[in-house]
Amino acid sequence: MEQIIVNGLYLGAQYALIALGLTLIFSLMNVLNFAHGQMYVLGGFVTYTAVAQFKLPFVIGLVLSAVVLAVVGGLVEKYLFRPVIKKSRREESTMLLAAGIAFFLDAVILLVFGEKQRGIPKIIDGVFNWDFIIVMPYDRIVIGVIAILIIAAFILFMQYSRAGRAMRALAQDKVAATLMGVAVDRYSMLGFALGAALAGLVGGLLVTITGINLGMGGPASIKAFMMIMIGGAGVISGAIAGGFILGMMESVGLTVLSEYGDITYLVIFASLMVFLSLRPQGLMGKPWG
Amino acid sequence: MQKKNLVLIALFMALAYIGVPWIIGVSGRTDFYYTLTSVALLSIASGGVWLTFYIGRINIGQGAYALAGGYVSAVLMTQYGFSFWASLPLAGLFCAGLAVLIGLPILRLRGVYFAMVTLVLTEVMRLTALALSITQGAKGITSIPLPGELSVFGVTLVPDFSTMENPKVGFYWMAVTLMIIAFAVLWRIVNSRLGHLCRSLQQNEELASSIGVNTAYLRVIAYAISSFFGGIAGASFIAISQSIYPSSFQVVDSVNFMLNCFLGGLGYVLGPMLGTLMLYFGWDLLFTTGKYQLLIYSSLLIALMLALPNGVLSLLDRKKA
Repeated sequence: MEQIIVNGLYLGAQYALIALGLTLIFSLMNVLNFAHGQMYVLGGFVTYTAVAQFKLPFVIGLVLSAVVLAVVGGLVEKYLFRPVIKKSRREESTMLLAAGIAFFLDAVILLVFGEKQRGIPKIIDGVFNWDFIIVMPYDRIVIGVIAILIIAAFILFMQYSRAGRAMRALAQDKVAATLMGVAVDRYSMLGFALGAALAGLVGGLLVTITGINLGMGGPASIKAFMMIMIGGAGVISGAIAGGFILGMMESVGLTVLSEYGDITYLVIFASLMVFLSLRPQGLMGKPWG
Repeated sequence: MQKKNLVLIALFMALAYIGVPWIIGVSGRTDFYYTLTSVALLSIASGGVWLTFYIGRINIGQGAYALAGGYVSAVLMTQYGFSFWASLPLAGLFCAGLAVLIGLPILRLRGVYFAMVTLVLTEVMRLTALALSITQGAKGITSIPLPGELSVFGVTLVPDFSTMENPKVGFYWMAVTLMIIAFAVLWRIVNSRLGHLCRSLQQNEELASSIGVNTAYLRVIAYAISSFFGGIAGASFIAISQSIYPSSFQVVDSVNFMLNCFLGGLGYVLGPMLGTLMLYFGWDLLFTTGKYQLLIYSSLLIALMLALPNGVLSLLDRKKA
């Protein structure tokens, strides 16, 4: 049982990071970023290139992932989403754009990095073993801890920095924030860049453990959608809660339900449906987002 | 106006039934039959998605109903000996019933929440098809018979497909006919009392319910009709491919159905038809570009979105204004 909980925490920390980026983008611009999974894959490949091909230290690879993805996110917001949101009659039209960007990133990744599964060597060898109650490779522990540190840094940034406050104000009420002198365009761009950078960071973290390949983008997006549905779209605490809950459910489900075959996700989906019919806005979301 | 519309409809039908076979006959590109059949069937499913847009919901779950419809038809034909023509409406009805059951709770959701739940629904359907025994898991159901003869009171309406010299042409006729019926139904719905009520839902649900519109009932009805279309499209598709697997319709297909609607324009009944034609043909034509296919395709998609964020048919509004 202890092992299951530890696995769940480790998974949850990564999931929460993915969901945080998605929910940040959603809360600022009401855009459901279909390309989030592809951004995560791109981040993984950037780290892979830096570490495996240019022999740079892992930390620099991580930073590079975050920077590259932040630039991509910022450009996508400024040149694609902003004009379309201004001209479009229904704000859902951005979904087509987001899906187009997802396809585009898939194509770019395929052309630049190929379709092979890529991974980098472990950053630390050895396995943590506590009387066979909890067995966990050291590198997973390190990755989990880094993920939790990034989450903590993100929360501190959103709570106490000027930019974080501005973004929270925008998420709460765009008109009121504009009237108070918040530069909407600048902070929307910053928010999008930050969200994309978080996705890139997770990709960089995971490339050391599971490796990365082109096909991981779509499923990652779906999981991220589920997390923010559990927690409530556009709410930071909700994204974190959703990530850890999904991680726990996956970890428990894989152990408990294994004798019935591969039905963990079926059970999770079904219970999500029931949960949402009782509480449509998720755990912590505002009604109707 | 009415007369002009009738002429346009007549022209369209002449093009679909006479023009296209003639062009294909002249150019010898018989592979277009398959392409156009797919376009016709996919546009039926997209038309369903469009109807849910019409009540103000973003539906990314049509793939789930297409898959369900396909499996119902396949199981009825291979295990219970139904004919294809009997299984087709049954598949549609099964999906409509399923949509009522699923729709009652989830249609309370709005906006992005509804979109995400329907997206998840596609994945649920795929996993269900994998887990159930009647669908034979990952092996799928194969060697489904071709549609047989359809006759009413001894008059043969459609001959047995296996006796046709080219079943592809038969499928083309079937798909186009189904598409025309589906869009006629859609057009009729939109221009009826039901359609007006749906528009009121799209604009403001609270206001609509406050003046006595039964919003919960309307939502479920619209969703059921939408899923009926999805089921029909799925069932016809597997009749062509003669096989079905859990991966026959997946999340990508659901997303594509939604994209078709956006691309064509949400304000027009014919939007999904045009969108499907453009997306499917665009993808096919770019096949010659090899590994750059996806890159060019997605760039065009993004460029189109930047230029015409309200869909291609929004070009028509500008002329009016």
